[in-house]
This record gives sequence, structure tokens and C-alpha cells, in this order.
Amino acid sequence: MDLEVLVALPIIIPLLLGAISLTVLSNHNAQRWIGAVGTALLLISSIALLFQTKDHGIQVLEVGSWPAPFGIVLVSDMLGAIMVVLACITGFATALYSLKTVRKRFERFGYYPLLHLLLAGVNGAFLTGDIFNLYVWFEVLLVASFALLILGGERAQMEGAIKYVTLNLLSSALFLTAIGLTYGLVGTLNMADIAVKLGSVDDQKMVTVIGSLFLIAFAIKAAAFPLFFWLPASYHTPQVAVSAIFAGLLTKVGVYALYRVFTLIFTADTGFTHEILLWIAILTMLTGVLGAAAQFEIRRILSFHIISQIGYMILGLALFTPLAIIGGVFYIMHHIIVKANLFLVAGLIYRLRGSFELKKLGGLYKDHPGLAILFLIPALSLAGVPPLSGFFAKFILIKAGVEASAWWAVGVALLVGLLTLFSMIKIWNEAFWKGTPEPAPAIPAPTRNALLYWTIGILAAMTVAIGIFAQPIYVMAEMAAHQLLNPSIYIEAVLGGQTP
Amino acid sequence: MTTLMAILIGTFYAAAIYMMLRRSVVKLVIGLILLSNAANLLIFTVAGLERGIPPLIPKGQDVIAGAAADPLAQAVILTSIVIGFGVLAFAVVLIHRACEVVQTDDMNEMKGTD
Repeated sequence: MDLEVLVALPIIIPLLLGAISLTVLSNHNAQRWIGAVGTALLLISSIALLFQTKDHGIQVLEVGSWPAPFGIVLVSDMLGAIMVVLACITGFATALYSLKTVRKRFERFGYYPLLHLLLAGVNGAFLTGDIFNLYVWFEVLLVASFALLILGGERAQMEGAIKYVTLNLLSSALFLTAIGLTYGLVGTLNMADIAVKLGSVDDQKMVTVIGSLFLIAFAIKAAAFPLFFWLPASYHTPQVAVSAIFAGLLTKVGVYALYRVFTLIFTADTGFTHEILLWIAILTMLTGVLGAAAQFEIRRILSFHIISQIGYMILGLALFTPLAIIGGVFYIMHHIIVKANLFLVAGLIYRLRGSFELKKLGGLYKDHPGLAILFLIPALSLAGVPPLSGFFAKFILIKAGVEASAWWAVGVALLVGLLTLFSMIKIWNEAFWKGTPEPAPAIPAPTRNALLYWTIGILAAMTVAIGIFAQPIYVMAEMAAHQLLNPSIYIEAVLGGQTP
Repeated sequence: MTTLMAILIGTFYAAAIYMMLRRSVVKLVIGLILLSNAANLLIFTVAGLERGIPPLIPKGQDVIAGAAADPLAQAVILTSIVIGFGVLAFAVVLIHRACEVVQTDDMNEMKGTD
């Protein structure tokens, strides 16, 4: 069998699942089975793709056998393959979690087809090698996310959705503008080909301008400072399963796009672009964590923490040394699992106590010690406590910062780690440790939560595993960083050694 | 012609941003529509404005002689028009529902989630 087809499977499978699930929209059981089994299959195919990429180098599929750079190519390098596996893990966990938490009413509105479409969009964005195709996948995942965001139709969801939709469409328009200008300059849309041809453009100032446009467009999607306001306004409003997959994946698509574009295409003027990225990273870390400190609603605290964590990932790109890129990739791997898991824990807390407000919670440690442990693992990992995954992620990044003498970044990264710990301890103290507030809230009898515990448990186990078996993960991140810092490998794989 | 188009596109972008900064959600959507049209026109212009020269290869030759209209840019615009249309249809329904639920069309009143 021709193994190149593996590259297309993570896109084809969810599209097919979505289509099938749409035909059985009124059959709730069938939809749930397709959701759980289908995303499991998707996860298996993505892992196969990762191993294929790891063992045999960058995988390229020329869609419809049109040779690059004329046709659209799907490319799976280490970064792309790792991101796809993470997306599929999050998708699988969300599908399992949804089995028990998503109401039938939402299933009738097409919850599962939208979830599959979202995964197809995310995987497409990670795998495409064509800049306009990247735009198309962005729109696919955006439209699915719009609809998922407003399932339920409550006032807060509407208000949040307007901001989310507006800012994301603005970012898409800027992205499209940047694509248009790039095409005008080099006459190609294939990313590898653009990378080759931009070098010989006379007007290098124009190249930097276009690079800045891409930077703004992707920074909005990644919720970087100062363009993050849509995220805390909207992420706490939808169903918890939806919040979890958004928190895990959507901003990371923006981060991925930044990594792709600023390692492959716009590397000529790193003194300018990466200096801006460095300050964006520092300010993103700081504003996110300070915003979280002021909140007393679990999902809002977690939403602000997404922003501060995005800062770390951008820091890896901004420092632009091999170790820093490794740290950034490692950070993304650790963060997606931890962040999705924390939202799932928040959802279980809501299920048990009927509230997300820290003031109204309490006594969870006494009543549900298992949940308390399962919260502590991702929470402490987020703050960077050894031996969990977050420790190694932060350690690599900060070491890279010290080596690059970026003292401001190092100082802020350490401070933000401390403040993150403060935030997590706040949730721990208020929700788990202190006594049940009087009058005791009416506790809805928690029934059949085993599946939810298992989902959270599996993700927590992954967090521990990434920490304990950091070495193989580090090796994969190192391979990804090696490919990112040597764009000629990517270009060679896509264009097949043609001379430009 | 290109200069004229450049001015037109610039006006589109400016008008779009202006409309998006207004308080009414209806004007917000009009701003988004103008913005996507501005981007489409931009791609159309930067790909080169060639009039009445279809990119057809004459019989017996392998390449087009001289300048021709760029079909790829037009395919790109067509795709982005379709995408823009779909997304904006969603946005229109969204503001309709939002106005019903929130009982106002003023962005300043929609601060419940900040």
C-alpha cells in the first residue's frame, strides 16, 4: 500500500464521520458511537502518521497528483504530525466526555457533525503545504467553532460569540490580504515555493511588511497580546466539552501557523520580526496571568491562563535558537493536554456542585478525593512543578532564554510560573480545601460519572507520562525543531530537489 | 487603472474598519462584508489587470505567448467569495439572534461577559 495516503487520512476520516453522523442526526446512539469509535480510529491513524514521519522523514502527498508547486500539497513534517496527534487526542477525549455531558437537544442541532468538522479543519490546517489552503482550513474550523460556541443560545453565549466571530473574521481578512500581497510578489501559493522565491525579491521591505501582516493575523488567532480580548469574553460560555476542545486546540492553530510561517517563509529579517515576537511573548505571558489573578470563576481563570501559556509558546519561536524551538514544541505538547483536561475537570466540578463560582464551591476534597488528585496533576503541571510535563517544558524554555541572554523574558517566565501556581492554589483552596459554604448548595445526585473520571484520568496519566518519559518526547521535539530551523529539508521534500 | 483600483481598495478597507468601530451590530456586519470584498479586490489587482486576454494556449504551442489574465488568482477569489458568503450568512443570523436574546443592537450594552 502506498503510505502517502496516511497524510490525508486525518482530514478524510473526520469529514467522512461528520457526513455519516449528519445522515443519522435523529439517532442519538448511532451519533455517539460514531463519535467515540470514529475519533479513536482517527487517533490511531494520526499515530501511524507520526511514526511514519518520524522514521521516514517528511511525508508529502500531492493531491490529485498535480506536481508541486502547481497543485495543493499535504505535508506532514514532525511539527505537523505531532500537532495532528495532539488534536486527535483532544478530539477523542472530548468525544468520550461528550457522551455523558452533551444534552440530546444539542445532539439534534448537530453537535457531533460539527465536532468532526472542527477536527477536520484543525488537522487540515496542520497538514497543508499551501498558504491559501491554510486559509480555507482556518475558515472550516472557524465556521464549525462558531456554531459550537452558540449551541444553547444563552445571552452570554451570544455576547461572547459576536466578539469571537468579529475578531476572527477580521483576522481572516488580514490573512487573506497578506496571501494576496504574497501572491502578487512571488506568484505562487505553495509555502515551500514562496520560501524559495521570497529570497530573490528585490523589495525586501515589502516582504517584512507582509510578514507583519501575517504576524497580526495569526496573533489574533493565537490570542496574543494585545489582541486577546475575544478569548476571555467567549471561552467560558459554551458547553464544557466545547470549551475544552477550544482551549486545547484553536489558539494552538494560530501558534502553529506562526511557527510555520516564521520559520519557513519570513526568516530574512529576524532582527525585526522576532524582536517583536519576543515582546509580544513577554507581554502575553504577563497580561494573561494577571487577568487570571482577578477572576473567581473557574473557566475564566483557565481562559486567562490559556493566554499566558500562549506567551511561552511564542517565546520559544521568538528566541529562535534550536533549544528554544524544542522548548516551544515541547510546551505545545504539554499544554494542549493539560489545558483541555483542566476544562474537563471544571465541567465535572459543575456536574457535582452546580456552579463554576469559587465562592459557591468548597469541600470537594472531602467528598471527592479522587477528583481532587485528578485536578492537582494538570494544575501543578500547568504551574511547572516537577516531575510533571510542565516542569520540563518551562525548564527547556528558560534554559534557552538564559543561553540567549534574554533576561527580561527569563524573569517574566519565572514570575508567571509563580503566579500560575498562585492561581491554581486559589482554585484548590476555594473549591477543594475549604469547607462547604453555608447554606450547603442543593447537590444534584451525581450519577454515572465513571466515564468522565476515566477521560480525565487518561489525560492526567499522559501529563505524568510526558513528565516521566520526557526523553522520547524531547527527541521528537528536537526532530521537529531541526526541521523547522533547516527549512531546506522541508523545501527539498516538497519540491523534490528542483532548482528554483 | 491599477492606481485607481489601489485607491478604491484602500477606501474599502478604511470604510470597513470605520463601520466595525461603530456601536451598532448591523454596521459591524456591514464592515465585515466590506472587509472581505476589499481583500478579494486586492487579490484581483495584485495578480495583474489584463483585459481581454484569456489564458488559452494556442494549438501547436506549449506556453502562452505574452501576458494573459491569471486564472489562479481568479480561482482564489472565487473560493474566498464563497467562503466569505457562508461565514457572513452565519454572522447575519448570529446578530439577528443576539438582538433577540440581548434585546439591544448596541455593542456597548453587550458587556456581560467581559
